[in-house]
Amino acid sequence: MLILECPYCGVKAEESELAAGGEAHLKRFGAGSTDEDFEGYLFARKNPKGVHFERWRHAYGCGKWFLAARCTATLEVFGTYPAQTAEPPADLVAKIKQKRPEWEGYK
Amino acid sequence: MSEPVSISASAPAAAQASAPAPVSALNGASFEGMVKIREAGACGMITLRGNFASEAFVSAVKSASGLDLPGIRQVVRADGMTLGWMSPDELMLMLPYAEVPGVLARLNAALAGEHALAVDVSDARAVFVLTGTRAREVLAKLSPADLAPGHFAEGELRRTRLAQVPAAFWMTGEAEVTLFCFRSVAGYVMGLLTTAAAPGGEVGAW
Repeated sequence: MLILECPYCGVKAEESELAAGGEAHLKRFGAGSTDEDFEGYLFARKNPKGVHFERWRHAYGCGKWFLAARCTATLEVFGTYPAQTAEPPADLVAKIKQKRPEWEGYK
Repeated sequence: MSEPVSISASAPAAAQASAPAPVSALNGASFEGMVKIREAGACGMITLRGNFASEAFVSAVKSASGLDLPGIRQVVRADGMTLGWMSPDELMLMLPYAEVPGVLARLNAALAGEHALAVDVSDARAVFVLTGTRAREVLAKLSPADLAPGHFAEGELRRTRLAQVPAAFWMTGEAEVTLFCFRSVAGYVMGLLTTAAAPGGEVGAW
């Protein structure tokens, strides 16, 4: 069972209260971009065994989107943070680095 | 309705002199088992959206309801008004059904020019009242929320899932919980509650 703490309302929400939204921090490529960039934006997703940044929505609670960093292999949750950010907060990245020294880092 | 357990329905309270009596989702259905469950009938509800950091918004809410903004996940009550925190930019004001037009007019006047929204949603939801010391237990059977004493107490409004539908509830006393869900799923929620509260279904974990 996956438990993520919603950064907006502080509820430690069990997975069934949430809706998954796929990979976080996608860079949008729209009109005027190259075909490769647009294709990558639409279809190419990371699928790591290990640290992954994801979008989640507190669907049955406050309804807000937030982001979470977790390990896809162990389900360990490193942290959650509000969605109004273009990249993971530095303290969270440092925390993950400490726990997973072999992790290649964000991006 | 086709619930297996007998549910009695009682007529709603006498109508206001002019307006026709509001019809609630389950017409005041009730059930008595581990706890007493009662559909609360027509309740006035105003949904409020706005910037909680805006002084104009806070003072508009205060002047219309007499209540200060609740903190995160909190619910505050006074003089028949209940104000609950729904999300970082949404509040729910619950009040007697007949008072809605007046309060809404005051709110809209006070919120003029403000980027905010106040809407009468009284008929969009169904309200239930669960009475009995095992009310927590009944809800804990249906929701993933941590309802253990000490983790969920009076003053907190919890929006969560009841089986397959969204709902919100808060304690209105030591042994009383008020709950609301969308009107369209009122029959489903009554079915859930009556099944979870069926006599003999006590868990006794707390």
